Amino acid sequence: MNLPLDPRPRDRVLGLPGASLDRLMPMHVWISATGDVVRTGPTLPRLAGGPLTLRPWTEVVTLRRPRPTMRLEELLRMQGVALKFTLNAAPEIALKGLVVPLPGGAALLNLSLGISLIEAVGRFDLTLSDFAPTDLAVELLYLNEAKTAVAGELRRLALRLNGARVTAEVEAATDTLTGLANRRAFDEALMRLSASGLPFALLQLDLDLFKAVNDSHGHAAGDAVLRAVAAVLRGHCRGRDVVARVGGDEFVILMVDFTDRAKLSDNAARLIARLEQPMQVQETECRISASIGIALATRQRHPSPEVLLQEADIALYESKRRGRGRVTFYDDWLERRRSANGDTG
Amino acid sequence: MHGLINRAIHFFLADTYGRQVWGEIVRDAGLERHAFESMLSYDDKTTDALLIAASARLCLPRAMLLEDLGTYLVSHRALEPVRRLLRFGGETFLEFLFSLEDLPDRARLAVPDLDLPELRLAEDVSDGFKLDCRGGWPEAFYILQGLLRAMADDYGALVLLDPLEERPDGGLLGVRLLDTSFSAGRSFSLKGPMA
Repeated sequence: MNLPLDPRPRDRVLGLPGASLDRLMPMHVWISATGDVVRTGPTLPRLAGGPLTLRPWTEVVTLRRPRPTMRLEELLRMQGVALKFTLNAAPEIALKGLVVPLPGGAALLNLSLGISLIEAVGRFDLTLSDFAPTDLAVELLYLNEAKTAVAGELRRLALRLNGARVTAEVEAATDTLTGLANRRAFDEALMRLSASGLPFALLQLDLDLFKAVNDSHGHAAGDAVLRAVAAVLRGHCRGRDVVARVGGDEFVILMVDFTDRAKLSDNAARLIARLEQPMQVQETECRISASIGIALATRQRHPSPEVLLQEADIALYESKRRGRGRVTFYDDWLERRRSANGDTG
Repeated sequence: MHGLINRAIHFFLADTYGRQVWGEIVRDAGLERHAFESMLSYDDKTTDALLIAASARLCLPRAMLLEDLGTYLVSHRALEPVRRLLRFGGETFLEFLFSLEDLPDRARLAVPDLDLPELRLAEDVSDGFKLDCRGGWPEAFYILQGLLRAMADDYGALVLLDPLEERPDGGLLGVRLLDTSFSAGRSFSLKGPMA
């Protein structure tokens, strides 16, 4: 851009009074040829906290881009170019600017708040009259506020939906009577565990004598017994184990990273002994027992979930066949059957 | 209907007449839900059913109910963002009146799927205006009247509203500005609640 510093005489058609300048450009700075501020628009002193006239322009603003300078002739050489300033009274407020030459080497600099608008409005409590009605600043503020309100609504919506999702997920995975995992949650846990390759024990547990409780004391008592059993099972397992109710009086437990046969056997026997203690339900004493079948997935032998479930089922059946309150490991049963068949298999 | 409208109706009825009455209106309307999401859309029939049930339960003409809703939108604290966004329209009630023609566009800037009625302002003889309201939901004309009355109070202006014509797509409203600084009005600062 190579404009002459002085506008040609025939271009000089506007002679504006200061009040008009103020309305058109509430953030203008009129700089004399000596570099002093002759007058400013009304919004600028509000930002700076006081009048800015009769001071060198470099005390009011600092030119940052395209290149810093303190000299007026240098500034005037950047006419027509987008300028970036900071306000010396509040250096964090970035200003956009445009400079044009005035007769006799003076300059007219017009400033606007650019992206620091929102911060400046908050800090200096600017009003609609601080901006020229042609300035899009107010539209920008409006838009910012509208979008903030909308984003707030969307955030609330997302939170509500997420809350509903979490609740639905928990409900879908929970047995409502006992609060244990349900069949669905158990199947998923078994799949996950099986895929992880970790060793684990699958305990299948059936209550004995439960039908008698239901028959003689009613379903409410039966439900109370089931809840009490659930509490006992949870108490005998670690946090990482999965305890599920998968049928009327059928429970399963996944004991993660726990395949020591002696300890498993002890644990299962203790569990049965605890369940055999008389329970006080609705002022009557209920006695039940439980049978347990155990199948193992070890590092050496890792059957599929279906096979493992089948093995635990066979072991449980064997426990029941041998009388109530027993614990059977599937591989013990297999071993016994082989020897009974004279190892002909 | 946009969820914002249904939600406004819900807030208005529950705040003004109590949650129990709101529950009864929902039941009378044969609806299952008691609340609406502001950023989702609902069947127009839902809104109609709500308004019919509310009008019957409260023994109020529908037009009056909707006018009250318009006033509520601007004057209730819970909906302060609405008042603020409207006040961005101008520094005086007259400027605000002039900004109404831009209202549907302004609303679309914030919520693209919110359809507001088209508003056209024409100057009338003797310092009066005629505001033409035209859109797919004729009820908006009544909401507009309540809203303008409340905005006049907000600006501290004394305004006379006179419905000149009601049409299936809206209506024509006479607006006479009797006094621009009748009362102090409510304060408004560009500084938003977040700043």
